[in-house]
Amino acid sequence: MTAIDIFDVSKSYRSLKALSDVSLAIEEGEFFGLLGPNGAGKTTLISIVAGLARADSGKVSILGHDVTADFREARRKLGVVPQELVFDPFFTVRETLRLQSGYFGLSNNDDWIDEVMSNLDLADKAESNMRTLSGGMKRRVLVAQALVHKPPVIVLDEPTAGVDVELRQTLWQFIGRLNREGHTIVLTTHYLEEAQALCNRIAMLKSGQTVALDTTEGLIRRISESQLIVQLKEGVLPENLQPLVSASAPSQKTYTLRIDDYADLEGILASLRNNGATIVDMQLQQADLEDVFLQIMNGKAE
Amino acid sequence: MIMFSTSFKTLFYKEVLRFWKVAAQTITAPVLSSILYLLIFGHVLENRVEVFPGVSYTAFLVPGLVMMSILQNAFANSSSSLIQSKINGSMVFVLLAPVSHWEFFGAYLLAAVVRGLIVGAGVFIITAWFASLSFAAPLWIAVFALLGAAILGTMGVIAGIWADKYDQLATFQNFLIMPATFLSGVFYSIHSLPGFWQKTSHFNPFFYMVDGFRYGFFGQSDVNPWTSLTVVVLFFISLSLLTIRLLKSGYKLRN
Repeated sequence: MTAIDIFDVSKSYRSLKALSDVSLAIEEGEFFGLLGPNGAGKTTLISIVAGLARADSGKVSILGHDVTADFREARRKLGVVPQELVFDPFFTVRETLRLQSGYFGLSNNDDWIDEVMSNLDLADKAESNMRTLSGGMKRRVLVAQALVHKPPVIVLDEPTAGVDVELRQTLWQFIGRLNREGHTIVLTTHYLEEAQALCNRIAMLKSGQTVALDTTEGLIRRISESQLIVQLKEGVLPENLQPLVSASAPSQKTYTLRIDDYADLEGILASLRNNGATIVDMQLQQADLEDVFLQIMNGKAE
Repeated sequence: MIMFSTSFKTLFYKEVLRFWKVAAQTITAPVLSSILYLLIFGHVLENRVEVFPGVSYTAFLVPGLVMMSILQNAFANSSSSLIQSKINGSMVFVLLAPVSHWEFFGAYLLAAVVRGLIVGAGVFIITAWFASLSFAAPLWIAVFALLGAAILGTMGVIAGIWADKYDQLATFQNFLIMPATFLSGVFYSIHSLPGFWQKTSHFNPFFYMVDGFRYGFFGQSDVNPWTSLTVVVLFFISLSLLTIRLLKSGYKLRN
């Protein structure tokens, strides 16, 4: 079944068109990335999915439950970690998590609350007031709050913004485990290496429209361009390879060559050999998600 | 039944816990200011004003002050809770949860009623020492206390949803709630007013809440208590329908 089905969704704020006819189907069990620059519409889209905002047109359903007509079931299936570091200053961590469970109709949820707290290294802060926690700890509580009702679909809106390495690792281990256990994860992030490492499929938004939707590998393959860096011991770079040079340091005899296809490698090496050049060092650099992102956002890849 | 769902009970509990944790501000302080009103106005006016035959001014004042405390604190509870959680962002936790607009309204309303009644009871227990009171019709006292708290709790929900900033909420409070309360006959009987102002007072729904409440104590009032009850019930129903509509449409909360 489709975990999140977004169909033809548009949303405007006064004259600003935040989303134009966005359609996406995120399948159960996916680790899905939603990427785009600031103002692309990611948070608006997530707000509509979470029922925090209403679409002007179009439909959104969570595991088959419409987010407005059948909001109770839709919200029970969904856990959202908001982007802003928000908290209610009146309560302790445990009170916060108990209240959140209660809003979801769960009155005896302490076993699960303890498990979530221990997985997020929050256990020793259970009785601390929210006000006294550091930013990283507050972020962990936000994640815990999103998980109190064991939602099958989890949306994380920039969960690692301004978060230290340790929490990032704790968080990704835990979220990764939830994903392996069958939870669908949707992630927005500005850290593209994070998205590349975690997500199996990615949508890119730009000015309220989907500009790319593919598997992570498929997206990276789209930019076939890789780079070969060679350092020569003897000889010079043959004439026929000069047009491929994108950077060079002649004093160190180091040249960076663009290659469109791995098949080109053979020809380049043969050409060097035939011209009497010998290689000291060689590196092959593949395109990564950041290159793809930049190309798509600059309008080159489609 | 939806009103007794765990979501509703949790939100109600949270709202009560919220004001209970800062009881010095939310309960003790308003009780203290009502006592000051009683001491000052009672002292100054005791021998100069007789409102109802055989009822001292201080005794007349006590139900008025109790009602005023109920009204102001019921309003303060729902309005300040809503605006705080809107401004600090924690409203999102309720909005993300499967809480219907009925449950949302019910929880904020009931918590406001509880706070209003606790403060009202506090004011009553202390001020009653200063005057000899009668209880002509206790059921009317309870009904008007409850309806008054419910009306102002509902107005607090509307104000809290509508206001984006604290100063907007203050405008609502200073230009609507305060004048309507002070001009409702808390401190005087409207029969002591000139004709024009007597007539004008009849357009103030707060007047009926105070007058009906006072009837419960003295068995005497400016207008027939049934008239007051009708006005107050209709006013509550209209405000509730408006609030439910606002919540259902997601006005200011879900956009």
